[in-house]
Amino acid sequence: MSKPSLEITGLAFAYPDGNQALFGVDLSVEKGERVAILGPNGAGKTTLVMHLNGIHGAQKGQVKIAGTVIDTNDKLSLKKIRSQVGIVFQDPDDQLFMPTVREDIAFGPYNMGVRGTELDQIVNEALAQVGMSDFADRAPHHLSFGQRRRVAVAGVLAMKPEILVLDEPSSNLDPASRRELATILSSLNVTILMVTHDLPYALELCTRAVVLSDGVIAEDSPTRALLADGEKLAKYRLELPAGFTVTA
Amino acid sequence: MRESGEAAQGHHHGHDVGERLYIHRHSPIHDLPPHFKILSLLTFLIVCVATPIQNFWAFIGFFLTISTLLTIARLPVLTIAKRATIEVPFLVFAFLMPFFSSGERFELLGFEFSRPGAIAAASIITKGTIGVLTAILLSGSTPAREILRGFELLKLPSLLVQIMTFMLRYMNVITDEMERMKVARLSRGFEERGIRDWKFIAGTAGALFVRSYERGERVHTSMIARGYDGELPKTDQPIVSRSMKTLAFLIPTLAIAISTISGALT
Repeated sequence: MSKPSLEITGLAFAYPDGNQALFGVDLSVEKGERVAILGPNGAGKTTLVMHLNGIHGAQKGQVKIAGTVIDTNDKLSLKKIRSQVGIVFQDPDDQLFMPTVREDIAFGPYNMGVRGTELDQIVNEALAQVGMSDFADRAPHHLSFGQRRRVAVAGVLAMKPEILVLDEPSSNLDPASRRELATILSSLNVTILMVTHDLPYALELCTRAVVLSDGVIAEDSPTRALLADGEKLAKYRLELPAGFTVTA
Repeated sequence: MRESGEAAQGHHHGHDVGERLYIHRHSPIHDLPPHFKILSLLTFLIVCVATPIQNFWAFIGFFLTISTLLTIARLPVLTIAKRATIEVPFLVFAFLMPFFSSGERFELLGFEFSRPGAIAAASIITKGTIGVLTAILLSGSTPAREILRGFELLKLPSLLVQIMTFMLRYMNVITDEMERMKVARLSRGFEERGIRDWKFIAGTAGALFVRSYERGERVHTSMIARGYDGELPKTDQPIVSRSMKTLAFLIPTLAIAISTISGALT
């Protein structure tokens, strides 16, 4: 049995202004699992994501990636952790900062020390995975929003992560781009952690869902069972789109 | 070079601020690797500026050289003329110099002029024009991205190149944002009438600044998430053919020759 991709125990975090966001999060995600993190605005979802690759250091508790504890003081191990945890941020314009798509995707693996033909190969592979091979030499601002999000995913895939973390992957996408992205994500052979408000999307892609509420994991169950439970949804301010019902 | 070909046909979100100076053509000037081109044109310019304006013939030679280069690069004359108008404010200032400078005076058409002023004005106008034309040649024949690559290959401090790279990337994002804020303002019936409305414009500018600042932080976070440690990926050394090297070498050499010969004649 391989080690879990992600193992969080007792993680607590307060911002410097004293505002505490996490109050002891426990979460374990097995290799290859796809898990949705649900929760209302301000529940601490983004703060949690920032802990997964050591952008925030754990003030209390710990985060383990594939068995290794994240230590923000150890620069070398941090570099390795960052190659193992790929985060796709909400606004692709924040993530695509290089002048062309190709250069942007090469950014991550380059930082990991990959060079030359191997780098080209990784970039081409990542582009193919998200169906953007024809756009390699475009500038990011010439792409549609959906295309930019796909490139952002490719940029992270190029780092061959152990775990892919997506922050609101379906936000601002038109239905076709939303579906295309779902197809791409479900085709990937990687552990996925998906922060989302889009409950049908969570149901489609993730068999397991956890609810982050008031800085702790309040629920952890099969996605379908959670979404079929009207009481729990109301309790955590989660809502399915009008006319959408889920049966257990 | 390939990216700008795409830019011409790619669908645009707003205007393309970063690349609008580049004019896609196939020419030996376009093909020059950026670091050779920058160095070659910069040396050419330094020689021009260092040549005393009294060497009249030299400047005819310089003008011929830069005109030939612009012709080789096949940049449209009208565009060159339009872009050169950026020089106009400086010209106005230069034209005033003969009237207001001190020193030895001479008379022409019933007016009295200052001789040192006239010489300085001629120098500013001539050298300024050559400078502007050279800049037009560089920016018209090299995509902005390639110019940055040139700086990088010339070993300009990496931090400066990074800042310029990000400026190029985010200029479009921010102008689009500005445009959206303007539309939002107009949609709520805003019409700029006078100085009293400036506070709204200032508010927009402030909001834009805060948003850009926050974006900067988010971009930095996402860079760190992909292992950024202070360096952007290096560009491979491009292969430079012998003919490219010759051309790059020829331009400043020609300028030096022109300057020296005309100096000897004067």
